[in-house]
Amino acid sequence: MSQVWPIFRREFATYFATPLAYVFIVIFLFAMGAFTFYIGNFYANGVADLSVFFGYHPWLYLFLVPAIAMRLWAEERRTGTMELLLTLPVPLWATVVSKFLAAWAFTGIALALTFPIWLTVNYLGSPDNGVILASYIGSFLMAGGYLAIGAAISAMTSNQVIAFVVSVVVCFLFTVSGAPIVLDFFQGWAPLVLVNTVASFSFLTHFSAITAGVIDIRDVIYFFTLIALFLCVNIVVIDLKRVAR
Amino acid sequence: MIEIEALIKRFGPVAAVAGIDLKVAKGEVLGFLGPNGAGKSTTMKMVTGFLAPTSGRVTVCGHDIETDTIAAQRTIGYLPEGAPAYGDMTPRQFLTFIGRVRGYSGPRLNDKLAAAIFNTDLEPVLDQPIDTLSKGFRRRVGLAQALLHDPPVLILDEPTDGLDPNQKHSVRRLIKAMAPEKAIVVSTHLLEEVEAICTRAVIIDRGRVVADGTPAQLLARSRHHNAVTLTLPARDADAIAAKLKALPSVAGVEQNENGDGTVRLTAFPKGGALPVEDVSRLAQTGNLKISELYAERGRLDEVFYAITTHDTARGRETSA
Ligand SMILES: Nc1ncnc2c1ncn2[C@@H]1O[C@H](COP(=O)(O)OP(=O)(O)OP(=O)(O)O)[C@@H](O)[C@H]1O
Ligand SMILES: [Mg+2]
Repeated sequence: MSQVWPIFRREFATYFATPLAYVFIVIFLFAMGAFTFYIGNFYANGVADLSVFFGYHPWLYLFLVPAIAMRLWAEERRTGTMELLLTLPVPLWATVVSKFLAAWAFTGIALALTFPIWLTVNYLGSPDNGVILASYIGSFLMAGGYLAIGAAISAMTSNQVIAFVVSVVVCFLFTVSGAPIVLDFFQGWAPLVLVNTVASFSFLTHFSAITAGVIDIRDVIYFFTLIALFLCVNIVVIDLKRVAR
Repeated sequence: MIEIEALIKRFGPVAAVAGIDLKVAKGEVLGFLGPNGAGKSTTMKMVTGFLAPTSGRVTVCGHDIETDTIAAQRTIGYLPEGAPAYGDMTPRQFLTFIGRVRGYSGPRLNDKLAAAIFNTDLEPVLDQPIDTLSKGFRRRVGLAQALLHDPPVLILDEPTDGLDPNQKHSVRRLIKAMAPEKAIVVSTHLLEEVEAICTRAVIIDRGRVVADGTPAQLLARSRHHNAVTLTLPARDADAIAAKLKALPSVAGVEQNENGDGTVRLTAFPKGGALPVEDVSRLAQTGNLKISELYAERGRLDEVFYAITTHDTARGRETSA
């Protein structure tokens, strides 16, 4: 659709028209650095790879991505521009996809700006750059998943704070369902199928598979399916609000 | 060009729009009137496809807004209530964005932008963020956005709210100039606007159409329609009032003190009579010191009040 591009462009430019983008990027980079170097003991590990760095991504995204997503629709609803946007001759799906892509591209930029850390490991040793590239791709896909969830939830309210809190909770569920604590809890008594199903919903399961260095098509499909699913939820939510309000 | 059939919108138990039927043809400027909360904006939101109706049907230029939404929306220019716009953009960026989404680019886009900017006098603020604009300029940005693609149908929710008198005048002139080629619906609380630009006035109240006619037809329902008012010294007032009352075309006379030693007498017509001739004859023959004499066309505010004040409210007022 020809309208995807102008909407994408406007949305994307909005990040940089306000301090939001800069604040977000600074916090993002600072948090990534702090976790990796201090908490993760990057230097003491003595191994030249970025697994520690990527290991923290799901937990950082858990808070940072909902912060990006919360304004996506809630802000439009609050200021009334929603009315403007939805009465333009653009199919709803195109509007939803454009806005999502703009936010995703923005998180992509924030992620790309962590490149000094990649330079650092290459300076210190000789890491497997294939694994690192795969991990970056996996991290980007995972950010898209968090973002799609946050966007759909943002469409439900005009209150950004509510959008943020609910998104964090939902994203948390999607993250921890693969964490050892949760899986151990199921392990002893639940049938293996159930344990695997719970784990298969988790970002962690699929992300750690990718960071191991293999981009399995099933993990990629998982993230794209999840994104598509939540974009559909996003569309349905907006459509339902149009009917009921 | 706009057809509304049995349109209903409920918000929970409340029917904001409770069954509206309207047809607006090309060349018409329809003034959409009604008290706060009457359902004007809600109706417009359904006509433009922002809200889905609970029941009923809207077609715009032959396209059903619910089933053929995009085609219908292409033909509409819409100024939503409060003129929302992206505050971090400048008018130039904002209008460019709207133009691009509407499918324009290159020189054609520039032409459209130039025309919309010229028509709404936006030149002085083109590169200032919309958030920092005054209310009137914001409204004009919204208007420019609605006019940009020169649509056959214009839906304007309070387009002159917050504009200064000069701008009001220029927006009204603009609407009048576009009118022959378009179907225009304008909601407003300014009754003089209806007389100035509308070919038709529709009053809605509690979600229903309660009056529909030309401004002249509405004026004819006013108590002051064809009434004659004259200003004269207070000492003559009673005598003249008695004479006026005796005229066959006069039903009653009202006296109002002006406070400067003069009195205003208003003679109301009997039935469809035109008392202005009788009264002016009386004024000439009586050798009176009359400083002012005029016939009224009627008062829309009076008609509006009479139609939209509900029985309960009216009862309270008369008993008080
Ligand atoms: N989203 C909503 N949820 C619930 N009620 C609503 C909603 N939008 C409008 N209403 C109600 O519908 C009724 C009609 O509102 P509407 O905005 O159409 O009035 P209006 O005629 O435009 O009034 P005004 O002259 O004040 O602009 C009001 O009683 C309003 O409270
Ligand atoms: Mg309104």
